[in-house]
Amino acid sequence: MNGARVLRSSPRLRGPLVWLALAALLSQLLALALGSVALSPGELVAVLAGDGEALHRTLLLELRLPRALAAFGTGALLAMAGALMQILLRNPLADPYVLGLSGGASVAALAAMLAGWGMALVSGAAFAGALASTLIVFGLAHGGGSWTPTRLLLTGVVMAAGWGALITFLLAVSPVERLPGMLYWLMGDLAYAGSPWPVLSVAALGLAVVLPLGRTLNVLARGGLQAAALGVAVRPLEWTLYLLASLVTAVAVTTAGSVGFVGLMVPHMLRLRLGNDQRRILPASLLAGGTLLTLADTLARTLIAPQQLPVGVITALLGVPTFLYLLQRSQR
Amino acid sequence: MSGLAARGLIAKGLVIDVPGRPDGRPLDLAVAPGQRWGVLGPNGAGKTTLLHTLAGLRPPRAGEVSLDGRALARWRRRALARRLGVVFQERHDDFPATVRETALIGRHPFLSPWRQEGPEDLARADDALARLELSHLAERELATLSGGERQRVSLATVLTQAPDIWLADEPTNHLDLHHQVAAMALLAGQAERGRGVIMCLHDLNLAARWCSHLLLLYPDGQACWGPAEAMLTPAALERLYDQRLVTAWLDGAPVFVPAR
Repeated sequence: MNGARVLRSSPRLRGPLVWLALAALLSQLLALALGSVALSPGELVAVLAGDGEALHRTLLLELRLPRALAAFGTGALLAMAGALMQILLRNPLADPYVLGLSGGASVAALAAMLAGWGMALVSGAAFAGALASTLIVFGLAHGGGSWTPTRLLLTGVVMAAGWGALITFLLAVSPVERLPGMLYWLMGDLAYAGSPWPVLSVAALGLAVVLPLGRTLNVLARGGLQAAALGVAVRPLEWTLYLLASLVTAVAVTTAGSVGFVGLMVPHMLRLRLGNDQRRILPASLLAGGTLLTLADTLARTLIAPQQLPVGVITALLGVPTFLYLLQRSQR
Repeated sequence: MSGLAARGLIAKGLVIDVPGRPDGRPLDLAVAPGQRWGVLGPNGAGKTTLLHTLAGLRPPRAGEVSLDGRALARWRRRALARRLGVVFQERHDDFPATVRETALIGRHPFLSPWRQEGPEDLARADDALARLELSHLAERELATLSGGERQRVSLATVLTQAPDIWLADEPTNHLDLHHQVAAMALLAGQAERGRGVIMCLHDLNLAARWCSHLLLLYPDGQACWGPAEAMLTPAALERLYDQRLVTAWLDGAPVFVPAR
């Protein structure tokens, strides 16, 4: 019996959350300090305290801070959506995009780019595409009246494959000069994130909805029948999860394009360490997902500065080895 | 409460919904407090479907199931879960969970959304684990348990739930001889405390030893039921399983052995 196991059996312990909150704060400070102009801790404190040079103030408060907060909010949303989808589909390998949501968003966004629309309209198109895809999958999976996680998963996966073909088609017919922008969008990019408030407020709202459901979600993870036998109204809960996860993903995709890996990896990784109590996993996912994307975005804009990398490349490059390492260590 | 007659779980004119099967004989039976019902039948006779229908987890094709005089459909799911406990045959352990966490979910119907499991809930779960000889495994991951240990965790979860009516789908599945007897003694003990028990069984002799009432479920939807002594006739059982049986007598009770 090792220390981590004992910790898990007591639902009251909030230790991991405190550490994750500290890491989130640290990642924000790092994102503020690093960049084309690196700031010393002293200069950082001066600006945050309301003093400092005008140039530093502009740089920090108008450029880096909004982007760092948007990265945090987007990562938090993606990780939360992943955790919810995994419970909904009773599959630890589900991610926010598994039901074809990012595919729908991507097709709409690429079509908008192909039409030469501005970034604001591209974001709007992405949001509309994500919701359209959600409704199509929702309607088709519901069609026969009977409905199971497997049926929903299959419908979503097939829709995603269809969207994938359309994305390839759009890329093939697009003029060469538009391709880099499109590829960046497909890999995820926070350069056009704009105001961080939409993602942050949706993240807070989502957390407020799911936190009271924590123990109920623990029971749902044991299967629909078992949950029903323990007093859970399964069908309404599942639709709530589906709609919430879809909405949250749509907002994230609209802000940063389809950033991969955060939604799949973060909840799964935390589960290896913290068990599967949703009351701990959901807030932990938000914090860890936000931290991961903040760090990844900081690297994305500093590694080959002044050039920027798509942030999705970094999340995958950071995530894959970390994930494999944790998986190796957790083997019993 | 409308008098003693209405207490317990009552099926009236119940036809379970097994796709593609004729209605057969509608079931009229009552699982009254203190009774131990066994459901016997060959594979595919609808034992699990019946149990799920009795638990209100799937709608019947016809008829009605009621608890304490009120139709299951008119109960709130959560209120029902405080009265009925189900031991499932199939389990989904896709996510990591410890044995103690699993026993603790039996308290779910009793806790409001914001309430954490308190010391009292933990004590109930730990008592249940001790009763099933699982205390030493409390911190173990489910995935590391054997099938029989996992089965005992399922029983411990429902024991933590402490329902008035137990619906157990093959509660002795995967259990060794000692734990088979322990599981049946546990259910019999629950009945002695005034709970109603109904369980699907494959072992005729466990049914003969431990059940007060039996329901024989035939694959074509036919059924017969009544006190155990009356139901345990070799002719009926041979027809039920389409298998010749040899009956021996041991301490005044019949023991059935399949003939070759």
